[in-house]
Amino acid sequence: MSDSIMSVNNLNFYYQGNVHAVKNMSLPIKRHQVTALIGPSGCGKTTFLRCFNRMHDLYPGHRQEGEILFEGSNLLTRKDIIELRSRIGMVFQKPTPFPMSIFDNIAYGLRLKGIRNRAELSDRVEKVLKQAAIWQETHDRLKQSANSLSGGQQQRLVIARALAVEPDVLLFDEPTSALDPISTGKIEELMVSLKQEVTILIVTHNMQQAARISDHTAFMYMGELIEFGQTETLFTNPSEKLTEEYVTGRFG
Amino acid sequence: MATTIKREQTFEKLFSGITFSAAFLILVIIASIFISLFRESLMAIDSFGFFGFVSSTAWDPVREQFGAATTLYGTLVTTILALVVAVPVSLGIAIFITELCPKFLKPIVSTAIELLAAIPSIIYGMWGLFTFAPLMSDCVEPLLQKIFEPIPLFGQLFTGVPLGIDILTTSIILSIMITPFIASIVRDTFALTPVQLKESAYGIGATRWEVIKDVMIPYSKTGIFGSVIIAMGRALGETMAVAFVLGNKHAIATSLFDASATITVTLANEFTEADSDLYLSSLFYLALILLGMNFLLLAVAKMFLARRDK
Repeated sequence: MSDSIMSVNNLNFYYQGNVHAVKNMSLPIKRHQVTALIGPSGCGKTTFLRCFNRMHDLYPGHRQEGEILFEGSNLLTRKDIIELRSRIGMVFQKPTPFPMSIFDNIAYGLRLKGIRNRAELSDRVEKVLKQAAIWQETHDRLKQSANSLSGGQQQRLVIARALAVEPDVLLFDEPTSALDPISTGKIEELMVSLKQEVTILIVTHNMQQAARISDHTAFMYMGELIEFGQTETLFTNPSEKLTEEYVTGRFG
Repeated sequence: MATTIKREQTFEKLFSGITFSAAFLILVIIASIFISLFRESLMAIDSFGFFGFVSSTAWDPVREQFGAATTLYGTLVTTILALVVAVPVSLGIAIFITELCPKFLKPIVSTAIELLAAIPSIIYGMWGLFTFAPLMSDCVEPLLQKIFEPIPLFGQLFTGVPLGIDILTTSIILSIMITPFIASIVRDTFALTPVQLKESAYGIGATRWEVIKDVMIPYSKTGIFGSVIIAMGRALGETMAVAFVLGNKHAIATSLFDASATITVTLANEFTEADSDLYLSSLFYLALILLGMNFLLLAVAKMFLARRDK
């Protein structure tokens, strides 16, 4: 059993108007493993995911209680949010290339970190593009707009961009729901191979996907954590009735 | 059954006919304006030619010598200066409204900006003449002169007697008039920036300012460019406000504190005085040049946008 990189303790999250979206959740996030969050729409998985990189801080009116321990301190009360977000990256549902060239998309985060040296920039860009398995398709057109890539390629570019700043954790919010099956397969492969470098948290609607790529799975229902465990166990031999009903497709 | 189809066909034909003629009417009107301006200016075109007219600084009704250089210069300089002032200010306003403004203040600021666009230009002119120009001549311009005049070359822009009725005052008033156009279009395009795109930038450790500068502004480039073109068209054609505060002097001014004249103001002021056919024809010629300029501006903008969209 590997150790935990983060540990969530009694996390509660309220949106504006006291809407209780995440209820008293506690679970460990294992280092260099893929943890999947599953559950029906509106169960709070995305809200939960967005707590990890303090994305909620961009919008007023919310309230959070409890703690997420990361590097020995509660990240919910950290002051250096900018630094935190470069340690805990995020990839969204739709590919979000910036309106700039392929090269600059990757180099952007590096430049934010103060890396200006051209040689170092191109080395690191090449490295992460290879890591994200998109170097083959892009090496001869790094100067082109990132919008010229296909959806699946854009998503891999966005993953490469997130990797470039060398995060410890990557959060994925339904990263393949806007993609075709072939692109989805490539992204899944990529996520599994990235385990050596980063810890992955993924929200997915696709239970097969969770079963295919994750080591641990958390099942959420109406803001509560119903069950958390080894993915294989959770899918084949769930201890909760609700989990069983959900993974066998009887509701959700 | 058959009657239904027949009724449908008649209606379809009628409907497409109406819409087609409405659209066609626009073309007819534009063409007829061009043609009538051209016809009226024929005499001036014959006498001065195109380059002769555009390059001549003469405007002498007594000797019947006319040229467009001074008014063209006044029009372009005031418009460009107005844009130089208005574009950064408008971007600032748009950024404030979309990103920084507290929620309760948002509708207030937005409405205020839109109200600014609703003020008739003659009111800007009156306010400019009676309130703003004295302020400029008493406080702002002497101060600018004190600071900048000693600088060689650049100081030339600040020479002369600051009377307040000059290029600087006009440009600032024009900039106030075009700011709402730029600000509200840019605000709308900023608001169209996908939330996830902004969040991605935050997600790799960008600050709020970096997200605005590197994501929102590049993403909205087309909208910003479009708004600038619209504003430029407005500034080029503005007449009433400018007539009050520019001083109507036919000369190439080298100082911001000099009076000048624009094409539109010249047209408004001098049609009633145009006692000779050539004078009148020259005024039409000026109008034709202004229209041509606006037309060209729009064409360039369209071409630019079309290329960008590819």
